[in-house]
Amino acid sequence: MDRYRGNAKAIRDLVKGYAVHRDTYVDKEIFDLEMENLFPNTWVYVGHASQLKNPGDFITSKIGHQPILISRHRDGEIYVLHNRCPHKGVKIASEACGNTGKFFRCPYHAWSFKTDGSILAIPLKKGYEGTGFDTQAASEGLARVRNVKVYRDFIFARLADNGPSFEEYFGESLSTIDNMIDRSPEGKLEIIAPPIRYMHQCNWKMLVDNQTDTCHPMVAHESSAGTAVSVWEREKHKFTETPMAVQLYAPFMSPYEFYEGAGIRVWPNGHGHTGVSGSIHQDYDDVSEYMARMEASYGPERAREILGDVRHNTIYMPNIMVKGPVQILRNFIPLAVDKTLVESFVFRLVGAPDKIYERSLMYNRFINAPTSIVGHDDLEMYERAQEGLHSDGNEWIDLHRLYEADEQRDANEVVNGTSERQMRNQFYAWSKFMTLGMDEPVEAAE
Amino acid sequence: MKPDRIVDFIYDEVAALDEMRWEDWLSLFHEEGRYWMPLEWKQQDPIMQPSLMYEDRLLLTVRVERLAGERTFSQKPKSRCHHLLERPRILSLGEGDGVCKARTSFVYTETRGDQLERYSGWVSHHLVEENGALRIKLKRIDLINFDAPFGNLQLFI
Ligand SMILES: [Fe+2]
Repeated sequence: MDRYRGNAKAIRDLVKGYAVHRDTYVDKEIFDLEMENLFPNTWVYVGHASQLKNPGDFITSKIGHQPILISRHRDGEIYVLHNRCPHKGVKIASEACGNTGKFFRCPYHAWSFKTDGSILAIPLKKGYEGTGFDTQAASEGLARVRNVKVYRDFIFARLADNGPSFEEYFGESLSTIDNMIDRSPEGKLEIIAPPIRYMHQCNWKMLVDNQTDTCHPMVAHESSAGTAVSVWEREKHKFTETPMAVQLYAPFMSPYEFYEGAGIRVWPNGHGHTGVSGSIHQDYDDVSEYMARMEASYGPERAREILGDVRHNTIYMPNIMVKGPVQILRNFIPLAVDKTLVESFVFRLVGAPDKIYERSLMYNRFINAPTSIVGHDDLEMYERAQEGLHSDGNEWIDLHRLYEADEQRDANEVVNGTSERQMRNQFYAWSKFMTLGMDEPVEAAE
Repeated sequence: MKPDRIVDFIYDEVAALDEMRWEDWLSLFHEEGRYWMPLEWKQQDPIMQPSLMYEDRLLLTVRVERLAGERTFSQKPKSRCHHLLERPRILSLGEGDGVCKARTSFVYTETRGDQLERYSGWVSHHLVEENGALRIKLKRIDLINFDAPFGNLQLFI
């Protein structure tokens, strides 16, 4: 029997703020409802315009469980389409990216579509005359997602017809994406290579939680970053300068006080970030020529301001994390209640020296790959938690750290950097978008 | 260089891994040696294109010491590995530049607890002679499914 479907109160009761019920991570019905409600009700990142340089270029993506096709039409516009043939439901594009030429063609019965989704041709067209076909949705071609926003080349879509506007949903949190883009002397980012992909046998929210979990690096990553530091201490007499690799690993071992002082900012609708005033990304070597190019573009003061904002991890609800100072976007793609595909993309800062891109690629393979020792540490914790949560000894996950009883939901605040406030913030938003519209009487929902 | 010496070296190298003699394995690398796992088909550049791994001796030492760490929880229980190699194809005996090259088909198995994962591909060795012994200048692993998402791959192919 359904315990949660259509029962907004039961869903809201899972989130107490200072604790959340384990069903949010292990219950199959809750996962199904996330696919049906949470993902469609929110603005989900589906791709970047640099992946669609030319007319006919396409990428495929997902919103919850639903296959999505993003296409560059000959008029230069980007269209977000449902990736299923209106005929029998066959996925029109099966590859992650490509160029389809002037039209998409379904491989099953050769229905073809313009790159804006509209029907180009159907074989044996006469057979549809007088059948009423022309009054049906199928005759309109690939269904378009109506709520689409391309924000400075970042493509977001909301499947639900109703809900907050893009601007209302993200608000000031867009400042992290802005900062990442502004780090290019030309104000432009591009994706020029495939992401690193990493399979996780755990719930997708474990990854989301971890991004602002500042009390785990010095513990869980003692094995990787801690060993990197100790090997470096022993070997450094052989070196004349600190290798980039050591600069990337070592800050993970920063003490609690460092993270406390760095702060966490929460925004409405579950967005938030670590590293408000300083972060693990703040002390990398300067890259020669970069500052000069930034100053030439923005002037010295603005250039320093852009590069001085070293915020650590920014969560955009529901399922991406952006790291401005190393130009990485991680997409936590839910596959099942206990299975998550993580795709980590690196952006190239157009106009910046190659060394910046080299460093970002290095960070990505050190931290976000199935071959990353830091990744090994984290995944071990997620998978142990996914198993441990089946214990009936305690059905709750504790989020008390620096909890205040009068804590505002949907606040815009900076708090102590070891607070679990952002995890609570995510769950407040989770509860809101899981149940959006659920209380409304059926007539009013029309 | 005699082809048999190259072939023997390659079999001995993976034997060190299969027997978990990590320090012995590390010592087979040249000071400037690299271990590389590309992320793209016929990848040319390990640095300006994304790779799964591109590590020097310092980073490989970190990995090896991490495996033995008391607080390395992803190694409780420990992983084990097995390499099955086809006969290496010798591509160069080092005439001219002193770099011997071989390419070897493999099936690699890594297991931990109740889990067992298999990977297939080709390993390329670039070897140089130093003080009478062969040393690894480059070990390159091209997986057939480099673009697929794996779980933790913790040891060395
Ligand atoms: Fe971590």
